[in-house]
Amino acid sequence: MTIVNFTPLPALLGGILIGLASTILLVGVGRIFGISGIIGGLFNFDKGDRLWRIIILVGLLVGAFFMHLLANTPDKISALPSSYLIIGGLLMGFGTRLGSGCTSGHGVCGLSRFSIRSIIATVSFMAAGVVTVYFLNI
Amino acid sequence: MKARFFYFLAAFLFGAGLELSQMTDPQKVQGFLNLTRSWDPSLIFVMIGAILVNSIVYYTWIKKKETPLFSPKFLIPTSKDITPKLIIGSILFGIGWGIAGFCPGPALSGLFRGQSEVFIVVASMLSGMLIYNVIFERILEKS
Repeated sequence: MTIVNFTPLPALLGGILIGLASTILLVGVGRIFGISGIIGGLFNFDKGDRLWRIIILVGLLVGAFFMHLLANTPDKISALPSSYLIIGGLLMGFGTRLGSGCTSGHGVCGLSRFSIRSIIATVSFMAAGVVTVYFLNI
Repeated sequence: MKARFFYFLAAFLFGAGLELSQMTDPQKVQGFLNLTRSWDPSLIFVMIGAILVNSIVYYTWIKKKETPLFSPKFLIPTSKDITPKLIIGSILFGIGWGIAGFCPGPALSGLFRGQSEVFIVVASMLSGMLIYNVIFERILEKS
């Protein structure tokens, strides 16, 4: 194993911003910043519960665009072919709903509270991701 | 109104953090998951930064508070049940994460690039969520 493309400083600073963001949501309105749950909840057919979820979605985009301008991050990202994106996207959407969380809800917020469910979930999805990348040779 | 501002502010900082850390780039994510060959450990540093801030504020302050500032109560999951749903769902997510190189947050925040690949992964992700809600959740409710 060799270490490549390691960017510790932006990663740590970005992580601190993510920590501040999830702390603010918890202190302000008492909610966990779990993105799959927040966005998946848009499909719950409860119209009164939709506005805040849409505000979160807009905020994510505006914040990312702001940082793109500020830190001069790449204009384009290189993604894999559409077949990978479609299959991966479907599994990611379905799996995060079935498993009640993703990298933000389990990986960041849950681990911060030492939630046993989130520790199990994070170990499971990271292990599954490592095995998948190994076998697909991505 | 104040609550809405908090939703926006939190999401703004979250999106900015994802972009700065470059977790919106599937190559960074797949580089992290490529543990057995050439490994990019950046994602660990993102998690360390986020967890440090969260944990410090949670254990020194939030845990001692009765209610959040602008809402009647905390909505923090308290379940400790390790269920097949939790494990199978997380494994399926991990496989999708490895294949596409995106998790839900960076897929959504990356939409600002207006790039077709990001739209494809978000549309597929939302379809997966919808499939879960419409079909799977109803079957589980009946059984």
